[in-house]
Amino acid sequence: MRLEIRSVTAGHDRSAPVVRDASLTLASGEAVGLLGPSGCGKSTLARVAALLHRPYSGTVSFDGVPVTGWRHRAPRALRTAVGVVLQQPRLAADPRLTLADLIAEPLRATGRRDEVPVRVRDLAPLVGLTPDLLPRRPHEVSDGQLQRACLARALVLRPRLLICDEMTAMLDASTTAALVSVVETYRRATGATLLAVGHDPVLLARWCDRLVPWSALGAPPAAGDARPRP
Amino acid sequence: MTCDAPTALPTAPAWRPAGPARRSWRTLRVGSSAGVLAAVVVAVLVVPPLVQLDQQAVHLHLKLRPPGLDHPFGTDELGRDLLLRCVHGLRVSLFVGVSAALVAAVLGTAVGTLAATLGGWADRILMRAVDAVASVPHLLLGVFVVALWRPGVLPVLLSIAATHWLSTARIVRAEVLSLRSRPFVDAAISGGASRWRIAVRHLVPGVLPQAGLAAVLSVPHAMWHESALSFLGLGLPTHMASLGNLIEDARGSLLAGQWWPTLFPGLFLVIPTLAVAGLAGAWRERINPRRRSELTL
Repeated sequence: MRLEIRSVTAGHDRSAPVVRDASLTLASGEAVGLLGPSGCGKSTLARVAALLHRPYSGTVSFDGVPVTGWRHRAPRALRTAVGVVLQQPRLAADPRLTLADLIAEPLRATGRRDEVPVRVRDLAPLVGLTPDLLPRRPHEVSDGQLQRACLARALVLRPRLLICDEMTAMLDASTTAALVSVVETYRRATGATLLAVGHDPVLLARWCDRLVPWSALGAPPAAGDARPRP
Repeated sequence: MTCDAPTALPTAPAWRPAGPARRSWRTLRVGSSAGVLAAVVVAVLVVPPLVQLDQQAVHLHLKLRPPGLDHPFGTDELGRDLLLRCVHGLRVSLFVGVSAALVAAVLGTAVGTLAATLGGWADRILMRAVDAVASVPHLLLGVFVVALWRPGVLPVLLSIAATHWLSTARIVRAEVLSLRSRPFVDAAISGGASRWRIAVRHLVPGVLPQAGLAAVLSVPHAMWHESALSFLGLGLPTHMASLGNLIEDARGSLLAGQWWPTLFPGLFLVIPTLAVAGLAGAWRERINPRRRSELTL
């Protein structure tokens, strides 16, 4: 899926947006690494691209069709075409759901309940989750194991665009390598587009086809305006 | 030179038990509260069907007997056994209290979740409605609701429920607002979940501990409310033994020096209240260890 972000301005305070006039284009099937220092707004831009944060201005289009609504106002088919893996698995997982339910939740939410057993059985070994981990709740597994489950949840609906927002920032090297190889295996099989956001140039350079530094996105915000997200 | 013991270790100030001592005090409180509550529930559920004694039986020659072997709590002005009347009264009061608290908790949770999930104008309108209802004194509004129907259990239940869902709605709304901005809700939206799905799958289960605590805390409150309405003669029909009716009936004899018809129904009201408060306090500390003062009875 082709993603086109054109002169997007977004943030949490209209008078001081963290993302200003940013433009980025991802060709279909391309893997792009977005590189930037912490607090520069790359997560906000990733959330805009994932339809989770409405920008103040600018357009986002998928395959040439501009997006008109964000969050619940975005059509379900579009939301589910974009898979998201967030930085902190602890916060991104509902603490009351077991890992199996966590992975299966998008299937249940979109009325594909009958596919649940097959998809969970297929995906769990793919992301490296052993069957004994599946009935556990998030507080009973490690960050790495939880992030594996979150990646499985992002892949369960077979998205055509995958957005990884600092997916590996909190993980050790071997888990990082495992998760990256899962994403790459998935992309080879389906030709999905990837937007990987991070601050590690070595990892992103090895992972992605193309690296985009934050300063190349358009007019960068003045240094004083870069404030960390709450 | 004498060999002093090192003076560097003063004894710890004994201002508050710490560690195991404190835990055992808490355990004792939970244990005794749970024991009293279990006894109360057994008493109201088991005693009336098993003990085939007529609580309405009038024995005018036995009227106003002080507590003794035949009648452990004494008798009232019509010679009815007070222990039996108290158990039956507690049964009615507890039924009204528990069901009113349940109805109020469900209503409050629904309104609070709805307001926080929808946000914007819906939130503002709903919460202003809550403020409007809360601005009228509870008892006055309760009296008004009761006066719409003939005396009975259902009007009392409705009037208590209609006046006690407000705090639950506020607590639930605040909790849902904080849950709604968590990243797992973002992940659910991205997974195609509808607003309704997110509310029932992720938000409501997250606020159930708080809503349940609010419901439990409002059980004794509702019991007191029922007693107050009955005491005013507006609650349950006067022939029905409820704790409020018992205290109301005993008002005259208290002035004549007969203390037992007032004391025992009063104790039956106070002791379950303290037991519920003890249990709810432990529950509150468990789900919310940092904020001790937020929910009080």
